[in-house]
Parts: sequence; structure tokens; C-alpha cells
Amino acid sequence: MKPFTTLTAVAVPFDLVNCDTDRIVPARFLRQPRSAGYQNFLFHDLREADRDFVLDRPAYRGARILVAAENFGCGSSREAAVWALAGAGLAAWIAPSFGDIFLENSFKNGIAALVLPATRVTALREQLAASPGAQVTIDLPAQTVRFPDGSLEPFDVDAFRKACLLEGVDEIDLTLKHEGAITAWEARRGAQMPWLARRPD
Amino acid sequence: MGRTLYDRIWDAHAVASGPGGRTLLAMDRHLVHEGSFHAFEALRASGRAVRRPDLTFAVPDHYVPTRARERDPITHPELKDKVDTLAANARRERIAIFPVGDVRQGIVHVVGPEQGITQPGLTLVCGDSHTATHGALGALAFGIGASEVAHVLATQALWQAKSRTMRVLVEGVLPEGVFAKDIILALIARIGAQGGTGTTLEYAGSAIRSLSIEGRMTVCNMSIEAGARAGLVAPDDATFGYLHGLPYAPREDEWEAALAHWRTLRSDDDAAFDAEVALEAGELEPMATWGTSPEHGAGITGVVPDPANEPDASRRESLGKALRYMDLAPGRRLEGIPIQRVFIGSCTNSRLEDLRAAARVVRGRKAVVPALVVPGSGLVKRAAEAEGLDRIFIEAGFDWRDAGCSMCVGMNGDLVEPGERCASTSNRNFEGRQGKGARTHLMSPAMAAAAAVTGTIADVRKLLDER
Ligand code: SF4
Repeated sequence: MKPFTTLTAVAVPFDLVNCDTDRIVPARFLRQPRSAGYQNFLFHDLREADRDFVLDRPAYRGARILVAAENFGCGSSREAAVWALAGAGLAAWIAPSFGDIFLENSFKNGIAALVLPATRVTALREQLAASPGAQVTIDLPAQTVRFPDGSLEPFDVDAFRKACLLEGVDEIDLTLKHEGAITAWEARRGAQMPWLARRPD
Repeated sequence: MGRTLYDRIWDAHAVASGPGGRTLLAMDRHLVHEGSFHAFEALRASGRAVRRPDLTFAVPDHYVPTRARERDPITHPELKDKVDTLAANARRERIAIFPVGDVRQGIVHVVGPEQGITQPGLTLVCGDSHTATHGALGALAFGIGASEVAHVLATQALWQAKSRTMRVLVEGVLPEGVFAKDIILALIARIGAQGGTGTTLEYAGSAIRSLSIEGRMTVCNMSIEAGARAGLVAPDDATFGYLHGLPYAPREDEWEAALAHWRTLRSDDDAAFDAEVALEAGELEPMATWGTSPEHGAGITGVVPDPANEPDASRRESLGKALRYMDLAPGRRLEGIPIQRVFIGSCTNSRLEDLRAAARVVRGRKAVVPALVVPGSGLVKRAAEAEGLDRIFIEAGFDWRDAGCSMCVGMNGDLVEPGERCASTSNRNFEGRQGKGARTHLMSPAMAAAAAVTGTIADVRKLLDER
């Protein structure tokens, strides 16, 4: 996975509260293989219904940061939601809160999903709406976001996720370093609960 | 200070500690379905194999047709491809599968408990957000994404940060016509779609204890709709009775040892939760949703709210959008809203008890709109038929189908038409969830049955009174 350190890019404001992953990629597209390019289905039905959909406005073209509202990515666990956003060139998202599974999926794909206080995210979306095409800088090592108006907002990020992003870690490799401990745990479990690994037929 | 049930299960599965306070948590159970194809591909691309095929179970559900003549063999090429891919992956990796044509096949979250694969105190994951369902038996169960599915396939473990805990205390007795579904819809309406984000919910109190295991599954199932990845109920005699004799449960000679362990699985009286919320069962009404988030719910005597009363600008705008999508005006009473379709099914409400509750309302009446009943598994279907529920539905004009996810998400082609309003026992009323332009009203099976026979969102209590 490509490491993530700092990013300065156009940011696009997205105002919808509780934007679920069905809206990000409608279920009927999930039967497609990943090679079909999930970005082609990104916000498919919202876009179709709204000729002036924010991501399609020329000023936000090339945006790499999405600034969303509360509970972005709630609902279904479909990782396709992350692949669609990433496939469209977005590399980071900022919101007051995210769906838990979506948040996890984001980091697993090398995406910085950052939580800032609701009032600051609202202010950021307002600045981006007032000057479309304005840039935002995310500095992961320093844990700050620079707004278009120059203000600097600190953020918290789980140390594990931060390290994985900065180094582009393969988590399975990391886990397999503990294979001895897993095997020992499994042996104990197997002795205590032999029925767990047994098939009735 | 005492420990919570969540702490107990967590501690028993901690294998190693990692950077940033993460814990490597061992997984007892891993359930996969057709949607897991991405993870199998990733696993193969990395040259790895499934570490514990004996702890992994496959069930096709999302893409399975529910009409007998389209099902075995599956006639639709794309659906067939998805179902066949799961079967091929299961065969290659030597994973047990409950395939189409096997009476045990059904929705993964119905099949796991029904087979005794789900047990108290286990960790269980599945690449599906409604995995919290299994928490009803006291298992720590949560949904994961495709990368995590690949990780569990390869390692049978996951790096996890401990969540916060919230106790949901429901005391009292549910009134006639009010069910498990109403408890969870009322909770979500109360705490919001993100009220449980970052937490594990533990449902407790006399009203939860009085629920059957099936009812507890309905409650735990929608934990994710409150933002929580996992929901738990401490196991009790009802749980043990449910499990006894199931195919994957401990054998007779193992039963006492299992029971002794399971009885330790509870939160201590002095355990501290990070948050607590209480509902009074006796005050609950049958619920229905009016919007496009599960938090948009109200009692049947309630009205559609006015976005103008919402102080926050983006929430106000989002509410307005929801009402435009739903084609509902502020102040509209929920009771009497005309509906055009009914769906009884999904991992929330497709078990025998749900079908019984719906049939009780339907008996001797006629559906006035197209209505679909999709049992959660072949075994549920068989049990329902053994007590004649299929006859009640069919005589009332309902479509009686085979098991699968069906119209909950429409991936198998069972779709709500654009602009149609559907009374549904499923768990998500998101825009387009049941089909492009579909308008979903979530409710209990009894309420959905009442909607089917009246053609409107109706107060099921009145129909039960007429009996
Ligand atoms: S029934 Fe619906 S919510 Fe449940 S697993 Fe299937 S698609 Fe998901």
C-alpha cells in the first residue's frame, strides 16, 4: 500500500447527513468485478437526479479531499464505497463522524479518514462552498489540517492507523509475526471447546 | 470494579498487543457469503490460503433467487455466477457450505444461530454489517469490510481497538401489538443513527429477558442502524434451551462443561458502562419510519416532523431532502399513508416467530397490494409450512417464496418499483435500498401484515382488537 504523509489538494464539500454506503455505491452495481472501476458507479443515483451534483462542478474537478457531514459512510459494510471514492481520485475524507465499518475500510485502503469537531467541519464546508476550488492541506505526521482561510486545526488519530498509513503496512504481514501466539491460543481453545472445530456431518 | 460481558469476551480472545493499544483478537467463527468474492480474490492474489477452513462457513443469500423455478439451477447468468463463485471458493478452500438446494440454506444471520454455529462467548465476524444479529446469543459479533475478511481468512484474527460500551436497559412489559422490532426502532429514533458509533451495545432489562432468542436477534440485528458495530444480550436459560441439540452445538457429553462456562458470561452488577440509555417497554407503540434513515421513526400515532424545527442547517436540509424523496409533507399522520407493496423477510424479521406474528394478522383477510413473504432459511420455511402458515399467506394472496435476502436489498432482482411505497420488515430505509426510487417504511412483521391487508400504514393494534 502507498504510504500517506501530507496532502495539499482541492477539497469538495458534501453536505448530506447520514450519507449511507448504498448512496455511495447502489447495491445493484456490487455484482461487478473490481476491474469494472467502482468510480463509475460513485453516487450514481444522486448524480443522475442532480445535474448540478457537487462533485461534477468544474471548480471541484481534481478534488482529492472530501469534506462530509455527520455519520458519513454509515450502513452496509461494502468496501466498494471506499474503492469508488478512491477510484475517483479522492485520497482523504474529513467529517464530524463516520460509520464505524466505513472508517475501518478507509484506513485499510490507505485513506486518511479524519474526524474533526462538527462546528469546524461545518466551517470548512462553508469556506469550500464560498471559494470553490480552494485547497486544504492534511499533514498526517503533525496531525493538522490547514483550512483555506489559513487556520490550522489539530486532529486525533489512532496511533495504529497513523503508523499503518505512514508506512503503508500490510496488516496480514504484521499479524503473521504473531503466528506463534495465534497457534498457541488456538490449541488452548481447541482443548477447551473441541466442538468448535467439529463438523456434524 | 466489575467487568462487562464485552470485557469478558474481549479478554478471552486477546492474543497479542500491537502498536497504538490495538489488540490482536482471535476469531472463533467466520461466515462468508457471495459478496465475499473480493476477499477470496485478494487472498489468492497474495498467495495465501484460508487458515481455519474448519471455523469458516459459507452461505449464499444476497444473490439467490427466491422463486422456485429460477433457483435450482439458477437461471439468471450473473446471479448464478456469484453463487457459483462462492461454491467454488468453498470447495477450493475446504469450507463448509450450505448451498442452494440444501434445506439449511438461508440468510447468513439466520443460518448461523439456527445451526448452532453461533454460541455464547464466541467471537464471530462476517463481511456484512448485520453480523451484530449473532450477539443475541451472547457472542461478540460484528461486520467487517472486504480487507478485513481477507485478513480473517488468512489469519483467523483481527487487530481491534476496544470500543466504548453502552447499556440499553428496557424494563417492563411490551403492550399487545408491540414487538422486538418496535424496541429497536424506538431506540434508534431516540439515540440517532450515530448514537452508538464506536460503542458495543449491551441490551438488558426485563423486557429484553422476556424476548425469545428470535426477538433478541431482531433487536441486536439493527445495532448497526444505531451506529454500533456490535450488540449483545447476556446468555440465559432461554439461550441454552435454544442451542441444545442444534447440529453445531456441544454434544451431550460436552454440554455441562459448556453450560458452566456460558453461565459466567454476564456483566457484573458493578460493571461500568460508558453510557446508558433506558426505554420503558410499556410506553412503546408500534413504530414505522417515515424518512430515509432508520432514525426517522415514530410511533404509529405520530406525524411526519417539520424540517423547519431542525436548528442545524445541514440536518435541516437533509431532512427536507428525505421528505421530498419520500413524498411526504410535514405534519402528515403516519397512520393511513397509502402503500403499494409489502415485504416480510430479511435477517431482521424472517424467522418463525416473525411469520407467526404476521400470519396472526393476515388470517381470514386479503392482501390488497402485492405482498411478499420470504422466510429466512429453508428450515424456517419448512417449519412454517408444517404449521400451515404458508396456507394463510397464500390464501390471503401473498407470494410465498424461498429463502434469501430478497427485497431487503434487491440484489437478486426482487425490487420495489421506482416511486412505490413499500411497508418492509427489513432494516434499512435508505434512498434506493430496495430499488431505485423505492420508498421504504420500516416496521414489524405484524405492522407489515396490517399494511398488506389495508393498503395503508395501519395501527396493527386495531386489527388485533377486531379479533
Ligand atoms: S437480509 Fe438484508 S440486511 Fe440482512 S444480510 Fe441480507 S441484505 Fe443484508
